[in-house]
Amino acid sequence: MEENRVLEMRGIEKSFPGVRALRGVDFSLNKGEIHALMGENGAGKSTLIKVLTGVYTKDSGRISMQGAEDIHINSPQDAQNAGISTVYQEITLCPNLTVAENMYIGRGKGRITKWKKMNEDADKILRSLDIPASASQQLASCSIAVQQMVAIARAVDMDCKVLILDEPTSSLDEQEVEKLFKLMRDLKSKGVGIIFVTHFLDQVYEVCDRITVLRDGGLVGEYAIADLPRVELVAKMLGKEMDDLSDIKGANAAYCGEDANDIVLEAEGLQSDAGIKPFNFHIKKGEVNGFTGLLGSGRSECVRAIFGADRVLQGSVKMHKKEVKIKKPLDAMKNGIAYLPEDRKIDGIIGELSVRDNIILALQVLTGFFKPFSKAKAQAFAEEYIKKLNIKTASADTPIASLSGGNQQKVILARWLLMHPEYLILDEPTRGIDVGTKVDIQKLVLELASQGMSVTFISSETDEMIRTCSRLVVMRDRKIVGELSGEDVNQGRIMETIAGGEAKK
Amino acid sequence: MKIDIKKLLSNQLLIPITALVILCLVNLVNDASFFTIKLAPNNEGYNVFSGPLITILDYGSELAILAIGMTLVTAASGGQDISVGATIAIAGSAMLRVLCGGVSKPEALAAPIIVGFLVACIVGMLCGVFNGLLVSIFRIQPMIATLILFTAGRSIAAWINNNELPIVPDPKFKYFGGFIPGIPIPTTTFIAIACIVVAALLLKFTNLGLYTQAVGINESSSRLNGINPTFIKFLSFVILGLCVAVAALIKVSRLATINYSVIAKDIEMDAILAVALGGNALSGGKFNMWGSILGAYIIQFLTTTLYKFQVDAAALPAYKAVVVIILVVFSSPVVREKLSALSSKKKAAAKGVA
Amino acid sequence: MKKRVVALLTAAVMALSMAACDSGAAGSTTGGSTGGSTGGSETSAPAASGELIKVGIINNDPNESGYRTANDKDLQNMFTTANGYDAKFAYSLKNDEQIQAAQGFITDEVDYLLLSAADTAGWDGVLKDAQAAGVKVILFDRTIDADPSLYEASIVSDMAKEGQTAVDWLAGQGLSEYNVIHIQGVMGSAAQQGRSGALDAKVAAESNWTIVQQQTAEWNAEKAQQIVQSVIDSNTPFNVIYAENDDMAKGAVAALDSAGISHGVGKDVIVMGFDCNKWALEELLNQNWNYDGQCNPFQASYIDNIIKTLESGGTLDQKTIIMDEKGFDAATITQEDVDNYGI
Repeated sequence: MEENRVLEMRGIEKSFPGVRALRGVDFSLNKGEIHALMGENGAGKSTLIKVLTGVYTKDSGRISMQGAEDIHINSPQDAQNAGISTVYQEITLCPNLTVAENMYIGRGKGRITKWKKMNEDADKILRSLDIPASASQQLASCSIAVQQMVAIARAVDMDCKVLILDEPTSSLDEQEVEKLFKLMRDLKSKGVGIIFVTHFLDQVYEVCDRITVLRDGGLVGEYAIADLPRVELVAKMLGKEMDDLSDIKGANAAYCGEDANDIVLEAEGLQSDAGIKPFNFHIKKGEVNGFTGLLGSGRSECVRAIFGADRVLQGSVKMHKKEVKIKKPLDAMKNGIAYLPEDRKIDGIIGELSVRDNIILALQVLTGFFKPFSKAKAQAFAEEYIKKLNIKTASADTPIASLSGGNQQKVILARWLLMHPEYLILDEPTRGIDVGTKVDIQKLVLELASQGMSVTFISSETDEMIRTCSRLVVMRDRKIVGELSGEDVNQGRIMETIAGGEAKK
Repeated sequence: MKIDIKKLLSNQLLIPITALVILCLVNLVNDASFFTIKLAPNNEGYNVFSGPLITILDYGSELAILAIGMTLVTAASGGQDISVGATIAIAGSAMLRVLCGGVSKPEALAAPIIVGFLVACIVGMLCGVFNGLLVSIFRIQPMIATLILFTAGRSIAAWINNNELPIVPDPKFKYFGGFIPGIPIPTTTFIAIACIVVAALLLKFTNLGLYTQAVGINESSSRLNGINPTFIKFLSFVILGLCVAVAALIKVSRLATINYSVIAKDIEMDAILAVALGGNALSGGKFNMWGSILGAYIIQFLTTTLYKFQVDAAALPAYKAVVVIILVVFSSPVVREKLSALSSKKKAAAKGVA
Repeated sequence: MKKRVVALLTAAVMALSMAACDSGAAGSTTGGSTGGSTGGSETSAPAASGELIKVGIINNDPNESGYRTANDKDLQNMFTTANGYDAKFAYSLKNDEQIQAAQGFITDEVDYLLLSAADTAGWDGVLKDAQAAGVKVILFDRTIDADPSLYEASIVSDMAKEGQTAVDWLAGQGLSEYNVIHIQGVMGSAAQQGRSGALDAKVAAESNWTIVQQQTAEWNAEKAQQIVQSVIDSNTPFNVIYAENDDMAKGAVAALDSAGISHGVGKDVIVMGFDCNKWALEELLNQNWNYDGQCNPFQASYIDNIIKTLESGGTLDQKTIIMDEKGFDAATITQEDVDNYGI
């Protein structure tokens, strides 16, 4: 083993009934390095991490740590003892305990806890890592980012040599991500090896030194960051040369029917109980527009108000110039509005139900309680959309929960497309899914629009919005602060408007 | 012969069917006459079937009917109704109040049986409405919400009849819990079958199953898909209320009278156990109605078997507890994973040999 | 915030449910205490004329059985304001709840505590408290395992004697062989112990007495029906059903009827019950059953006498008062018996 290697995995194999999840994967990590582990959903990233952390036991292969050849990791405890710590996407600490308690819980060697000393030690670590929290503070009173940092501090203090960060940034805003990166760099300078799993390409290029790419359970390669331009990284992950991402808009002609200027939906003074200011909004036939703004600026709340997902307090909604009452989601659905919610797990999937039931759900509800589809019809609907959207599932009977994130999202999309809506709202449809599916979804949006469907598209990744939307509604502090269209839909103008520069009226 | 072991293992009905097979084997080994069915005249001179299997069908009826409603409540609300025993007392008491007119030993029926039954249905459903409102609108945990009627129900039942224990004078009333002259099969069996058929039709010709499961698995998603979770939960309790009324008819009819403190005692636990035995998660979500119904008859099978072995009736709950423990262990994800790992290893070994 | 609201609601509902229990119980009683009466605050002084004697009555749930209903009615009719009593009632089938109620009555400073205990054990502590507080305790219907100095008197049915009377009657039937299905009440209750004891002793002593099935049906008719059904299903011959109360005998008879087994006077199976419900005695009159043992529920007048004696400063001749109890034979029972002794 090389001198500055802290971890080396060779020829790791892992099979599940019917799937070969890892086929001879190699991975190595140096001291003081941030190493990105990339791959589409289902490429084997999670499995590799779980083998390393003792959640799964490898079928074959070797794992060596600095100073210990061919170690066996059969449980998370083994991993911890070997100096491998993990911080997951979801916070796994106890919110009602203090920061210090969270850092020391479950690792007391002596029976007596010395509270004072524990708090002092914790404060020292927090200070050394520049984490803005005090030891005696209740964890729940910290922001999500700080909670995540506390989790990292806990891991670091357990003398970890290898720190695994599994999608740590997905629930953080930009500033918080910056803070986290600073912490990661600090740790790096202290010699910790960090494995960083993320979907955000930007972030990879911001902090990482090397990248290992996996595809379909196999190793594609290991690259220094400087040697691998973005486009190539995406190509390696997908296993094919990508069509130029920036030009997908051009591939589909804009909808140009006679009624292209018809306003499909118009909201006036709409306000819900989710805390947004009354707002006006409209969308034309075949148009793709979007809400943009920082996390928490009220983007989702606006579309939820339109769909009746939150309780509407005031305002009116007209469809095709006729006033409609939308008090609950079913009213919106009856008017041809579909809404793909922001949080797939909480608001989207019905986990244990089959892909088929998940696909037909919305249309079934719309058809009526007393008119269930026959099994054959439901199956036909499901198969049609599994094929159309290229959903990777063993069968239509598979529970949706066992699909990868991207495929789950496609199922939800299929659910709404099956309804043949006139107006489709997509709230963060690309969050937490692999690059390939992201592109598929964006393409689909444009294709649907060219056929006359009106689409509102919301995404945290501004470039996706620039690529797909012809008009952007900009939000700040829960109200609309501007609208951009045509040439103005570009990164610079968006930033300006969000930041509070002159907004175009 | 090719059997996909993994598919078999993942089948929800694995547990109840295994339990059934074990019970059958135990009885077969012990005394094969357990499975004989006789046709002999009863004291009214009509030929009727008898034998342990008939006993199981007969006495398992109420439980099977309750299991239907309990499955829906469990699936939709992720909790259980523990008041069914007490509400059977209430519905039964209301029925007797109507039939006997508040007199403990009337000369003739004060109202036709059907009226009594309809009143019981209404009362049963009102109990369901009460429980359903607490659970769906006020969002109280089902067990706690139904604790109210569980505690107060039997007193309410006694109060309805002024603490009298009326005896129904019309022999026809006993048909529902016994035999109709000339028909050798217990009437309870027909009632149970009718309920099961209605439930099956309801699941086939409406979206009750889909909605209930969706609400039980993910309430928030369901709402965003146009389902009204509050109503679905409420509905499940009302349906259970109806099941309670039918079960009350059978219970009261068996002896043509009622005893408020002991009628349908502890039946709620058996009904919940039936749901669990059917392979359904007590935390709600996906359900299999057939599993629950099968579970109900298995519980009766177990009870009858234990009587046959002269096990002390006071010890019956202990045996049921053992069943629950085995059940819980076997349906735990850990054991399931181990089993399927074992089967796939065997398969791999078999392949290696081939 | 939301959680707190839910918790509050839950608490409110719990409170409501308690209220519901209370109203349920109150609905079934008529002689509950009248809130205004405050008589008896001078507990040690003998009740002057016009001053009410405060009694706390702890009984089993009146809808447990017909026996209990009759017993409760008898007490309700006796301990009224008209008869000079301020009575409060508490009902439970559970010992711990009864003990709690007793403590409540002691705190309320009742003059007399009348008790029909659910269980024989566990009463020492609370009875000592009662003694310390000057509350006089009278046991009715059921005895307890406690030092006799802790109570003034106990008015009981001698369950063992009831059982003995029944078994003697059965022995007098002169069958060549006794194959008995023995259906027991709730295990551990005084009635079960007394009524089972006599039969168990006889079976152990006689070679031609066999117990075919011995099971508790917990006073539940339907369980009794299932137990007898299981014996019928297993083709075991039997000729006596010894059920420890009328309800269970009724359940057993239902099973016999559906199996086409004749029962009653001069028939295949002898049916025996206890408690002398009116409807059960009518079954005897119709020759469908053979025997019913009385368990006298009318203790109120006995208690009244004791209290009157004590209040006037008298002493009791004996601590344990055993009530008269009969056993009825279908061959000799008359309509008059049914009217007089049926409950």
